[in-house]
Amino acid sequence: MAEVLVYVDHVDGAVRKPTLELLTLARRLGDPVAVALGAGAGATAGVLAEHGAVKVLTDEAAEYADYLVVPKVEALQAAVAAVSPVAVLVPSSAEGKEVAARLALRITSGIITDAIDVEAGESGPVATQSVFAASFTTRSIVTTGVAVITVKPNSAPVEAAPAAGTVEALTVTFSAQATGTKVTGRTPRESTGRPELTEAAIVVSGGRGVNGAENFAVIEALADSLGAAVGASRAAVDAGWYPHSNQVGQTGKSVSPQLYIASGISGAIQHRAGMQTSKTIVAINKDAEAPIFDLVDYGVVGDLFDVVPALTAEVSTRKG
Amino acid sequence: MSLRIVVTVKYVPDATGDRHFADDLTVDRDDVDGLLSELDEYAVEQALQIAESSDDEVEVTVLTVGPEDAKDALRKALSMGADKAIHVEDDDLHGTDAIGTSLVLAKAIEKAGFDLVVSGMASTDGTAGIVPALVAERLGVAQVTLLSEVAVADGAVSGRRDGDAASERLSAALPAVVSVTDQSGEARYPSFKGIMAAKKKPVQAWDLSDLGIEAGEVGLEGAWTKVEAAAERPARTAGTIVKDEGEGGKQLAEFLAGQKFI
Ligand SMILES: Cc1cc2nc3c(=O)[nH]c(=O)nc-3n(C[C@H](O)[C@H](O)[C@H](O)COP(=O)(O)OP(=O)(O)OC[C@H]3O[C@@H](n4cnc5c(N)ncnc54)[C@H](O)[C@@H]3O)c2cc1C
Ligand SMILES: Cc1cc2nc3c(=O)[nH]c(=O)nc-3n(C[C@H](O)[C@H](O)[C@H](O)COP(=O)(O)OP(=O)(O)OC[C@H]3O[C@@H](n4cnc5c(N)ncnc54)[C@H](O)[C@@H]3O)c2cc1C
Repeated sequence: MAEVLVYVDHVDGAVRKPTLELLTLARRLGDPVAVALGAGAGATAGVLAEHGAVKVLTDEAAEYADYLVVPKVEALQAAVAAVSPVAVLVPSSAEGKEVAARLALRITSGIITDAIDVEAGESGPVATQSVFAASFTTRSIVTTGVAVITVKPNSAPVEAAPAAGTVEALTVTFSAQATGTKVTGRTPRESTGRPELTEAAIVVSGGRGVNGAENFAVIEALADSLGAAVGASRAAVDAGWYPHSNQVGQTGKSVSPQLYIASGISGAIQHRAGMQTSKTIVAINKDAEAPIFDLVDYGVVGDLFDVVPALTAEVSTRKG
Repeated sequence: MSLRIVVTVKYVPDATGDRHFADDLTVDRDDVDGLLSELDEYAVEQALQIAESSDDEVEVTVLTVGPEDAKDALRKALSMGADKAIHVEDDDLHGTDAIGTSLVLAKAIEKAGFDLVVSGMASTDGTAGIVPALVAERLGVAQVTLLSEVAVADGAVSGRRDGDAASERLSAALPAVVSVTDQSGEARYPSFKGIMAAKKKPVQAWDLSDLGIEAGEVGLEGAWTKVEAAAERPARTAGTIVKDEGEGGKQLAEFLAGQKFI
């Protein structure tokens, strides 16, 4: 069977969920061969094998952490040469897209970004994209070279499918370009203990209506009662009430959870661009005319400081 | 010493308008107003700030690849304070994909001459966020992208990139390609004086032959990807909306329980 390369997103050997989703999609196209790079790459093999990787190519060189993007491109290029895959799937993070794009150019292949689904088609993989702030759905193919496709988180279920997962060392020789952009410092993001925003099944977001950093405790309490991630609108982030890493929208994270709860968010197009593909959308807003209500499955017109705590209490009672 | 900065700016359909696709599955540009992609305003702003804080002579050129109307994007950037503009326009560009766009941009940047390229983090229509990386690959220079903070000094560019897992400090020698996020600092509004001055600034027009690019390398024909279908998302069925009269939280909980979220 044809092989499909899957780029592994991991932190020190802990594989992130979007990669496991890619393995599900890759199996529709062929035999998944995973490429794991950097410190801890070898440690990813077990979980990748459980989810269908027939082979895991690893390289733990320091260059992947010390220089931006290009070393990873060169590793994938070496993997493509070693495997001759029918497709390369990469998680649609900001960095994943850059790595995928440069790889595509190097191997003379087209690239499709931010796919929300991938299927086998007559002339290769067919990718579905959700575009123009999710108001259109397109189906696209790569017509030249190997299909390089980046896929958004929450686009496929994670399925166990045990395979060999044989670990092989990938031999990569870096070019002068690989060391062009030096990473001179790194501050890891502090973990909040809550689910990762882009991967979470439920996201609870607050906007300008939350009216203050300390008031975000109300949003966090609801999130914790539901086991959800916390998101914020750009207005809330710009006001300094919540970190930018939690921003949902065009220039923040794009989320596609089972449930999205927006509180005190009006629903500007740039915010919608990042959450409109959520399966179920709920909003709490005191303005009945707020555009967010056009999107909702369920909306409450009311003050979030009344509705959200009442909901939290109710969730806790029902769960308790 | 002098520093030549090229800022890439895209002309895009207004996101608040009714964007859709034409019959050939390219973006319909006739039915909706276009403008300078808002995220490229941040790129122009950072280029101007680099110029203003430099002791060297700095020239800021704005570059767009797009149809006739794309001049509007250049005018906006010139009125913010850029020195001159380049417009690459050619009927054969219709339907170009990201790989093709990067080819045209790279050829034009080479022809213009550059020490630093500044781009936006993503366009507001395609939103791929890959063109700066592709341009760096084509030019064979360092990629220093997605910066929330950027500085140029002593022949090097440095900045802060806030990623998923960590915030990184980056540095590279010039020449380089930079892209900036909307966290890099609010873009200035053009002043009346700026708008008047922009009218007198030079806008150079190039076509594909000026750049030594064959028609078949770009456009729909030259694209390495193909859109096979585009469908408008069915309108959401109207949701239930209740007014909170003391029971809003409870009612919402009831809904969530019904959907098995609780
Ligand atoms: C280039 C660009 C990129 C952008 N990217 C993003 C992005 O990624 N993400 C993003 O979110 N935005 C983004 N924006 C900003 C966007 O246009 C909006 O300004 C922003 O989303 C507004 O945030 P908001 O809904 O929290 O605030 P507002 O629009 O001010 O809405 C606040 C809402 O809260 C309601 N409210 C107030 N008090 C209460 C209360 N006590 N109880 C209930 N409801 C209350 C109000 O009725 C109102 O509807 C971007 C803008 C630009 C130009
Ligand atoms: C909805 C939609 C989906 C698309 N999906 C794909 C896809 O999956 N694969 C693909 O190959 N193409 C795709 N395209 C085509 C692609 O958007 C265009 O080729 C585009 O010119 C480059 O990509 P981008 O707009 O996403 O740019 P981005 O990579 O998001 O833009 C980043 C920066 O590059 C610069 N830039 C980009 N284009 C220009 C330009 N024309 N002139 C000057 N500067 C520019 C700007 O500084 C901009 O801020 C898509 C287009 C649309 C409208």
